[in-house]
Amino acid sequence: MATKDLLSPLPGTFYRKPSPDAPAYKNEGDTVKKGDIIGLIEVMKSFHEVHADADGTITAFHADNEDAVMAGQPLATLSI
Amino acid sequence: MTRQVKTLFIANRGEIAVRIIRAARELGLKTIQAHSLADADSLAVRLADEAVNIGPPSAAKSYLNVEAVVAAAVASGADAVHPGYGFLAENARFAEAVEAAGLVFVGPTPQQIRMMGDKVSALEAAIRAGVPTVPGSKGRVETPEAAGVVVDRIGFPVMIKASAGGGGRGIRVATSRDEFDRLMPQASAEALAAFGDGGLYIEKFIASSRHVEVQVLGDGHDVVHFYERECSLQRRRQKVWEEAPAAMLPADVRAKLCQSAVDLAKAVQYRGAGTIEYLYDDTTRDFYFLEMNTRIQVEHPVTEMITGFDLVREMIRVSMGEKLRMKQSDITIRGHAIECRINAEDPTQNFMPAPGLIESLVVPGGAGVRFDSLLYQGYTVPPFYDSLLGKLIVWDEDRASAMTRMARALGELKIGGVKTTRGLHRALASDPDVQAARFDTQFLERWLEKHSEHCGE
Repeated sequence: MATKDLLSPLPGTFYRKPSPDAPAYKNEGDTVKKGDIIGLIEVMKSFHEVHADADGTITAFHADNEDAVMAGQPLATLSI
Repeated sequence: MTRQVKTLFIANRGEIAVRIIRAARELGLKTIQAHSLADADSLAVRLADEAVNIGPPSAAKSYLNVEAVVAAAVASGADAVHPGYGFLAENARFAEAVEAAGLVFVGPTPQQIRMMGDKVSALEAAIRAGVPTVPGSKGRVETPEAAGVVVDRIGFPVMIKASAGGGGRGIRVATSRDEFDRLMPQASAEALAAFGDGGLYIEKFIASSRHVEVQVLGDGHDVVHFYERECSLQRRRQKVWEEAPAAMLPADVRAKLCQSAVDLAKAVQYRGAGTIEYLYDDTTRDFYFLEMNTRIQVEHPVTEMITGFDLVREMIRVSMGEKLRMKQSDITIRGHAIECRINAEDPTQNFMPAPGLIESLVVPGGAGVRFDSLLYQGYTVPPFYDSLLGKLIVWDEDRASAMTRMARALGELKIGGVKTTRGLHRALASDPDVQAARFDTQFLERWLEKHSEHCGE
């Protein structure tokens, strides 16, 4: 089965949930549709959604909630 | 009582940290710069005498962490703390913790921060000092009858707002009694659904207003003002372009406006630099209190340019217990100043933030030009904080020549490697409405709908 890395579109802080008390958008093992939100990137005090760019199943997250990430850094791996 | 201060701890970052280091050095103070892990290479760290790491990149764990900042200040041997703007600058608990640790807080007392930070107590203080406030119910209206009494008093149009609301939700405008009677139940139902509280309050609706604000400085006893600034050009309630003085303000209104700011600051025995913000309706020439900011503001340089005083230096002096060094009659307006905020954002892409490496840098210069920034060539602007790279400020004899000088200085400014808002400011500087100072607080958002694609480099 093919895999695909989901890359951070921006540098900033990665959030896996919409607010501190909310559950994660997606967890390892979840299936996603293209366009599903898998997290947020906070850059310079503005928040940007990170969308799945293909249908598939998340096999791994490579960044934790509140991790600093660079643009182009893999956030998650999808099996497609 | 004056306190001997030898070492100043700077609990902030970016261009304001650089600004504070410069003022402190001119006062003969040693400077210690607090920084997060992401700011170890910042210009402020390079300029300060010493630097202390206060935590990870996330502001919540570094610049906003009261305990970490106070502990670092104490451990550094500093005897005063400057909070800058934003972060902990208007956090009363922080000011208290600094004072409890035996250090001087460069700002007002914790009580003053708390009073002005709360909307209701600030409004009450303004009313007590005789400062005009927006006519309205001054609190919740509990019944339709009580609401009717208020609108009979203030006249239409009125704004119906949810007590528990915010961010523009639950706001309705009624221009007649019929409309008001129809909208009140709707507004109450919507507020109940959205906020779990159907409480409403009523305010006079001011369709078009300008943002003017008065700079004050107090020593805990005396207060002087440094005239006003106009900051009507805003996007999403963030100021973009600021001027001093306010071009459209008649002299008699200016005198009343500035006196009202002094009255309020004196009434609370204000200490430090502060700004009283107002709505100004230039059709009726009425001004109304909005809020008081108990800190130095981003746009303070335009005031420095027209009055010749160094506000950051003076706020450090009064925090050490010195008396004001100037009388009101010593402070006069000379010429006109404009400030453009240069942000790392792409105005052609809905102001998408653009952190990154500064590959090249040309800073404008010449007569009447000042550039307060956090930039140097080779610096990487981190993504963790706000997007302000610097402030380009010009002074000239009058507003028209200041506009020309700003256009000239913007033409010289070259920031290579990241997208910036320079193109927005170049377009604004050549816009006929901006040149004529024909704008209100909604002008820029309307203007951007038509012009944003012409705001690139």
